[in-house]
Amino acid sequence: MFGYVTQELLLGFWTTLQIFALTLLFSLPLGLVICFGSMSRVTPLRWFCKTLVWIIRGTPLMLQIIVIFYGPGLAATWAQGLSEQNALTSWIASWEVMDRFTSIIVAFSINYACYFSEIYRGGIQSIPRGQYEAGQVLGMTRGQIFFHVVLMQVIKRITAPMSNEFITLVKDTSLARTIAVYEIIWAGQQFITMHGLLWPLFYTGAFYLIFCGALTLAFGALEKKLNYYKV
Amino acid sequence: MAYLNVRNIQKNFGATRVLKGIDLELERGEVLVIIGSSGSGKTTLLRALNFLELPDDGTITLDGEVLLDASDKTMRSDEEIRKNRLHFGLVFQQFNLFPQYSVLDNLTLSPRLMAKSLPKAERKAKIQAIEENAKALLERVGLSEKAGSYPCELSGGQQQRVAIARALALSPDILCFDEPTSALDPELTGEVLKVIRSLKDDRRTMIVVTHEMEFARGVADRVIFMSDGVIAEQGSAEEIFEHPKSPALQHFLRLSKEK
Repeated sequence: MFGYVTQELLLGFWTTLQIFALTLLFSLPLGLVICFGSMSRVTPLRWFCKTLVWIIRGTPLMLQIIVIFYGPGLAATWAQGLSEQNALTSWIASWEVMDRFTSIIVAFSINYACYFSEIYRGGIQSIPRGQYEAGQVLGMTRGQIFFHVVLMQVIKRITAPMSNEFITLVKDTSLARTIAVYEIIWAGQQFITMHGLLWPLFYTGAFYLIFCGALTLAFGALEKKLNYYKV
Repeated sequence: MAYLNVRNIQKNFGATRVLKGIDLELERGEVLVIIGSSGSGKTTLLRALNFLELPDDGTITLDGEVLLDASDKTMRSDEEIRKNRLHFGLVFQQFNLFPQYSVLDNLTLSPRLMAKSLPKAERKAKIQAIEENAKALLERVGLSEKAGSYPCELSGGQQQRVAIARALALSPDILCFDEPTSALDPELTGEVLKVIRSLKDDRRTMIVVTHEMEFARGVADRVIFMSDGVIAEQGSAEEIFEHPKSPALQHFLRLSKEK
């Protein structure tokens, strides 16, 4: 039985890992975009990004998952029922429900991008002005200053808060079961209804622990690697 | 016309008039020292010459070429400013070395990035020349053996000498110093001042903002005393230090001696 349970949980954990990896793949760069937006001199853009961050950080991720999964379908049904159609409503009427897994990736990516954007912003704004000015008087462009001077220093400064977010994300993946995506918690819970066994659910904790432990070690190694200089 | 011609530089921060119309001239190979109490505008003037502050009014002309005309908005594009500021080098009070790069890489980073625009065939030779030049400059400031070290491993004096070498790596026409020893412990100022003196011996054109009066007197061909956003008095080192005319300068010199 233990072997069978482990096998089933590994299957669920595979989905957990996919959510984790894909969320990071999209949210890490998207966070940078939102971060630049919220520091932009263009006021409407700055307001848009700040409002987005407020909404996403101000509501539960579980609710966001539900809205992103059910929202488009509801809106389409409403638009189809209208007696008069214009370009906008007929576009909305054409919306289709995303599949469950895609909805999860979209919701998680937007959610984490907003948190990351604030961490990036803190990191970028903590770099002394003198670093920018040194780059400027050496004739570097804004882009060169950012990528060759500032970025590495920002990465060093945000390693600790980012490791926090990564570890939180591992456990947040369990929210995918809200819209019936088969991840490890769901896999564990099945044994309660199908076999009357509770311990497989407890056993899922071991998977999380091992994975988070590995992440902690990886971040520790990264911090050590970046220790050759001080900022 | 003088090598460097600065005319009527004005700069306001909000309602505060920091520079109220500065005129100055500098010949090639001369060292100009700017003295004055804090808040007199000397750092702002230096930053204006390096385009870190854009003046509200005035012109900067170098060797007959107008580098900045505050009334001409086309001269304010990033590209234009970036090109023109390369005529000047600036050494900061706080060194501002790039912490994540080795000493040698601090010197070569910007020249390397510029070499990227060269055709591939020339690039390799150029990068080799950049590295050799950087090594020669490190030797010049007495830090050859520190090429592979990181800024955090160096003393303040050593960091400032690296910063000087980094500024020289771009071969500026005029090298500016913004209180280069103010952030250093007293026992470390000597090594930095020695490097600046040796640059004078090479007939390098320099503008130095400093509070080190002894050093200023020794290194300056001309001295400007700034007070409240204007040049209150200027002249040779001897005129300024031995025969100050204005009461403000006399007062300032007396205070500096007491320190």
